[in-house]
Amino acid sequence: MRSKPVPKQGEHASWGLKLAAWGGLVFLHFPILIIFVYAFNTEDAAFSFPPQGFTLKWFSVAFARPDVLESIKLSLQIACVATLIALVLGTLASAALYRRDFFGKDGISLMLILPIALPGIITGLALLSAFKTLGIEPGMFTIIVGHATFCVVIVYNNVIARLRRTSHTLIEASMDLGADGWQTFRYIIMPNLGSALLAGGMLAFALSFDEIIVTTFTAGHERTLPIWLLNQLSRPRDVPVTNVVAMLVMIVTMLPILGAYYLTRGGESAAGSGVK
Amino acid sequence: MSQTLAHYAPMHRQSPLRRFANLLYRRPNLYLSLLLIPPLLWFGAIYLGSLLGLLWQGFYTFDDFSMAVTPDLTLANFGALFSPSNFDVIQRTLTMAIAVSIASAIVAFPVAYYMARYTTGKTKAFFYIAVMMPMWASYIVKAYAWTLLLAKGGVAQWFVQHLGLAPVLQLILGIPGVGGSTLSTSHLGRFMVFVYIWLPFMILPIQASLERLPPSLLQASADLGAKPRQTFMQVILPLSVPGIAAGSIFTFSLTLGDFIVPQLIGPPGYFIGSMVYAQQGAIGNMPMAAAFTLVPIVLIAIYLSIVKRLGAFDAL
Amino acid sequence: MTLAVQFTHVSRHFGEVMAVDRVSIDIKDGEFFSMLGPSGSGKTTCLRLIAGFEQPSAGSIRIHGEEAAGTPPYQRDVNTVFQDYALFPHMNVRDNVAYGLKVKGVVKSERLARAEEALSMVALGGYGHRKPVQLSGGQRQRVALARALVNRPRVLLLDEPLGALDLKLREQMQSELKKLQRQLGITFIFVTHDQTEALSMSDRVAVFNKGRIEQVDTPRNLYMKPATSFVAEFVGTSNVLRGELAHQLSGNARAFSIRPEHIRFAEGPVASHEIEVSGLLYDIQYQGSATRYELKLDTGQTLSVSQANTQWLDTSAQHQTGQRICARWAREAMIPLHDVATESAASEAH
Repeated sequence: MRSKPVPKQGEHASWGLKLAAWGGLVFLHFPILIIFVYAFNTEDAAFSFPPQGFTLKWFSVAFARPDVLESIKLSLQIACVATLIALVLGTLASAALYRRDFFGKDGISLMLILPIALPGIITGLALLSAFKTLGIEPGMFTIIVGHATFCVVIVYNNVIARLRRTSHTLIEASMDLGADGWQTFRYIIMPNLGSALLAGGMLAFALSFDEIIVTTFTAGHERTLPIWLLNQLSRPRDVPVTNVVAMLVMIVTMLPILGAYYLTRGGESAAGSGVK
Repeated sequence: MSQTLAHYAPMHRQSPLRRFANLLYRRPNLYLSLLLIPPLLWFGAIYLGSLLGLLWQGFYTFDDFSMAVTPDLTLANFGALFSPSNFDVIQRTLTMAIAVSIASAIVAFPVAYYMARYTTGKTKAFFYIAVMMPMWASYIVKAYAWTLLLAKGGVAQWFVQHLGLAPVLQLILGIPGVGGSTLSTSHLGRFMVFVYIWLPFMILPIQASLERLPPSLLQASADLGAKPRQTFMQVILPLSVPGIAAGSIFTFSLTLGDFIVPQLIGPPGYFIGSMVYAQQGAIGNMPMAAAFTLVPIVLIAIYLSIVKRLGAFDAL
Repeated sequence: MTLAVQFTHVSRHFGEVMAVDRVSIDIKDGEFFSMLGPSGSGKTTCLRLIAGFEQPSAGSIRIHGEEAAGTPPYQRDVNTVFQDYALFPHMNVRDNVAYGLKVKGVVKSERLARAEEALSMVALGGYGHRKPVQLSGGQRQRVALARALVNRPRVLLLDEPLGALDLKLREQMQSELKKLQRQLGITFIFVTHDQTEALSMSDRVAVFNKGRIEQVDTPRNLYMKPATSFVAEFVGTSNVLRGELAHQLSGNARAFSIRPEHIRFAEGPVASHEIEVSGLLYDIQYQGSATRYELKLDTGQTLSVSQANTQWLDTSAQHQTGQRICARWAREAMIPLHDVATESAASEAH
């Protein structure tokens, strides 16, 4: 992201505009804040506001629950494997598509975007019906397949943006100096791609960790953390535990965006050449 | 000087890896195919195959009495989409999607406008992250947060009471088609949750399109004697239409396919998403569920063809 | 005399576009050879064909007698200095320079010593620990040069390496490059669109136009005896006279070129070896070391005349626009042109 160095003509925003803009930000963050507040609430079976007191006891209660731990473990496993698959497929696709023009190129990039462009119910139902037809029992494997499919485009977008920004002459220079394709990949491409891969991987991880719509169809009897949360909503007596887990999920999904932002910011000058 | 640097002939280390690298150099198409085959296999076989399979299932016959699916081809499922009750579902979802898109644009515009024109450096970065974080924060937790906010005795009610707005709220909830018995079971509540969840998807494209406006253009407008209001109405707003259209693609299609929020907040009554979910799950009518998935696809396709004329794709 | 690089009827097209069209060149070992032409004339594509980044669509390229087709860039005894320098941003200067030795398996101590040596050769000793972004444009250019030369290639390719530098630095680098080339005895192939650069540095220059070669010659011959109207007008400035007037003046149907500085203003009797035309002076540009006059001839053509201001008194004050004036030149100063376009059209008609 670039910021214009010069403030625009020294104008000042009107109070109305400032209020609307900052009000919009408050609106975006208030519900998230509420989750953080309730996780430390002493009350055990109500949504009442304001909170009655501060306690950490629900954390120990939540982490003693085998169903919570199992869902966390499952979600972590799925997110890791799905991210790994997405990293491989997304990198291959971006390497293939970033420079050369060939027949069907637009079709392929459209196909990569389709799983997040179409509503999740369609992807979910399509995968479910395919698994049923093939006689595959829904479970961890089918969840991973679904997640990997829509995570590819996240990695693809990050990597192809970095490749486009990296001067192609770096690769030519490496080959010119005597490095074959493998050496060029190891010494030149990977170091320049590294942070983009990390950023893409973190975002893919967050997306997988949180996904619920496709997962509802492909999960079978497995319960990922979001599905566990959804089931909890019909059980009011577990509210404190639910609040604690909700806060954790919130943190796990929000931190990667910070990381990805710092890894990919200041782009233009990071990978470049002598010509300004 | 020429003696100081020894001459290195290229060493022909013909290891298998080097030979393979040479092969890829000589056959760029082989190299391209090797890169493309894994993603193409995954997407072609798993994803596109599933989608086509799903569409095909829409033609299968579901027997209401035996609750069994037979592979006899029929158009009955697609015909049933136009039955009054199903049409009701489609209309309800579509109305919500349009209302949510319009409201998001109205709420998002000032944020995006302020971000693009009045922030620089650190403030801009702060705004950017402050919009990105809620966008990526867990969807299910955001929905859950709203069930807490809108619940009886919850945050919203506390504020309404302490600000003395209870009668106003009662009045609004009394409006048919908008209200409901409580905030958390009203159309209004559901609408607010949708606007909240998809709002960042609207802010960022508008901000990007405003960011691209050259300051010289605005100076030119002022130079030609336009008042700030005129500049805004005649120059800024028209040029931000592609951004608004791009953002509305997200708000529209995400609302159209959702089935979690309608399940958690708002009055009973199916949305397209919950209908699909119920058909394949509780009812076990996979062919009807498959036929129903065609509805959002068609609606989104129509919507895309409309916003394409507004230049939405250039703003993505 | 061995040939460093030999092109035989080499063509390269990109779809419909003929980037290089049946080009044949012989580049001698140890020579400073320039490829000169406007952008899109095919000179850079020729360089990339030698480096191995492009494959010829037709024809053969030999590097030191060996057919180059199918040999990847990393197995060619050729190194390139890129227009944008292409320094690896994640490596410091020393690692950049040592990279070529590293991938060829030279042990660490030796390659670092050689990198340092190459850096001091381009007057950058002690800069090894810096990152490329910490260097100025001129310094990056030297690093790119050291990085190529440390491999001791038999042919060094330079793709407009001075284009991004300002004028003073460019002139300084020109003489340094030329000195370096003499010292090392390596074949330099230098691509540029700047004709003064090409003339001042090269042993020989190939002039490119629309994917073809118009002329390959020494700088002096290129200027004094341009073969075609394109060369006459691209290398320096020239009056190219064609048609009826050309026939009248030279007794020959061929177009000819006459340099503005080979024309002078004079009165009185015309010598037998001289030709005189008359016209109206319509523009005078004072350029410091010379003054440029534009004439409209009685036959309708325009003629540029350049007079050196060798006296401290400004002679241009003697002339005014609107004045009728006689210009004359020696018959030998007229260079008959062989235009490729017209000749190939004629040969195709056969």
